[in-house]
Amino acid sequence: MSHHELPTVLPPAAEPAGGAEPNAVQALPEVKSSRLIGTLAGFGGLAGLILVLAFQWTDPLIKKNQAEALQGAVAEVLKNPVRTQRFFVIDGRLATEAPAGADTLALDRVFLGYDAQDAPTGFAMTHSEAGFQDQVLVIFAYDPRTGSLFGMKVLENKETPGLGDKIVKDSAFVSAFEGALAPLIGVKAGAGTGDEHEIDMITGATISSRAVINIINHRIEQVDPVLKAYLEGEQS
Amino acid sequence: MRKQVPAREDLLKGIWRENPVLVQTLGLCPALAVTNSLANGIAMGLATLAVLVASSFLISVLKRYIPGEVRITAYILIIATFVTLVDMTLQALVPDIHKALGAFIALIVVNCVILGRQEAFASKNPVGRSVLDALGMGGGFLLALVMMSGVRELLGNGTLLGVNVMGPNFEPWVIMILPPGGFFTLGTYLLVFSWWRGRRSKARKRAWPHEVTSPRLPEPEEVVA
Repeated sequence: MSHHELPTVLPPAAEPAGGAEPNAVQALPEVKSSRLIGTLAGFGGLAGLILVLAFQWTDPLIKKNQAEALQGAVAEVLKNPVRTQRFFVIDGRLATEAPAGADTLALDRVFLGYDAQDAPTGFAMTHSEAGFQDQVLVIFAYDPRTGSLFGMKVLENKETPGLGDKIVKDSAFVSAFEGALAPLIGVKAGAGTGDEHEIDMITGATISSRAVINIINHRIEQVDPVLKAYLEGEQS
Repeated sequence: MRKQVPAREDLLKGIWRENPVLVQTLGLCPALAVTNSLANGIAMGLATLAVLVASSFLISVLKRYIPGEVRITAYILIIATFVTLVDMTLQALVPDIHKALGAFIALIVVNCVILGRQEAFASKNPVGRSVLDALGMGGGFLLALVMMSGVRELLGNGTLLGVNVMGPNFEPWVIMILPPGGFFTLGTYLLVFSWWRGRRSKARKRAWPHEVTSPRLPEPEEVVA
């Protein structure tokens, strides 16, 4: 109840400077609203100008970094192919060219690696799903003809340092994906039967490990027919 | 009139005696959150130092043109501009560090060390002194982050800047790079600093038993609310 009465018992402090009660605040000269607005508008304009200039300088560099990082990761998971080709997955088919006007970075992309004889080795692709704390972005390479994986690399994660982030740092876990067969099955560390579909999950990072396995399985499920169809079409 | 303060004093007070993190306990959010590796601590400290120096300089230059009624808005606008600049620059030049620091770069805007120095110092002092003060406070922040992240990475990962220094038989204390480790480390440092200050003031009392006030108390206008 009392807080409803508060405004009436308060002194009229809300009134602008220049009121009847003499105190230190009111001794200040009155500043015109136009000057306040002008000052803030000036600072806003200056800030905008500085940011636009900075953006123009940094944007190409940022895009270049991202492209290089992706290229490096593609080469890493495809085990250093002689060359790679980028495809867009459009309407259940692989296309080498993006539709006119489309943002190529926003499209669903896969990268096909070729060996020294210029024969296709496998596809590298990214996918992200929820991990323990945030989205986990994974890139992996996969041969749809044999169903075997070449390798896996976690590109982005915010998993718990020291526990969940072992999906990046635990070399035994990372290398277990090399040669594993899709669909992957996560098993408790040490409880596996030696089946090639099995991946030992990391103790203390079960949710993060399972997330990586699910990401790869779901992505393969999603594009496997498209990739198979493309490779079969190329051979015939 | 205030008595003349030597330039050295403006610079050095923030680094040790009035260290923003270890003495004033300001800016604790980044000090706890991004100090899980030395590289992150150094990058965050340098980013904050850059923003602090640039905004102190600009605000001290422009202080006459900023009406008191809108000063906080104007300061935040200036600080946010520099933070965005630092954010874009880090993303362009050192993407790995930028990725590791994540959202905390953007949160430099609300680091109370920065706004505190503008309100308490840069808006009232000449440009030269404001820049020295910012360098000192930013340096002190960097020092505190390095002290914290060094200990946390060493114990929590057995490495320093990614180089293994504890040998292959060391079992990392994983908790030190998790959030509780930040609190343990900061608490230990605060304990040591407060013990050291208490000891020094006792020693001073023994040396000058009749001294009434400590000449080393900060000027009232330099105490951040």
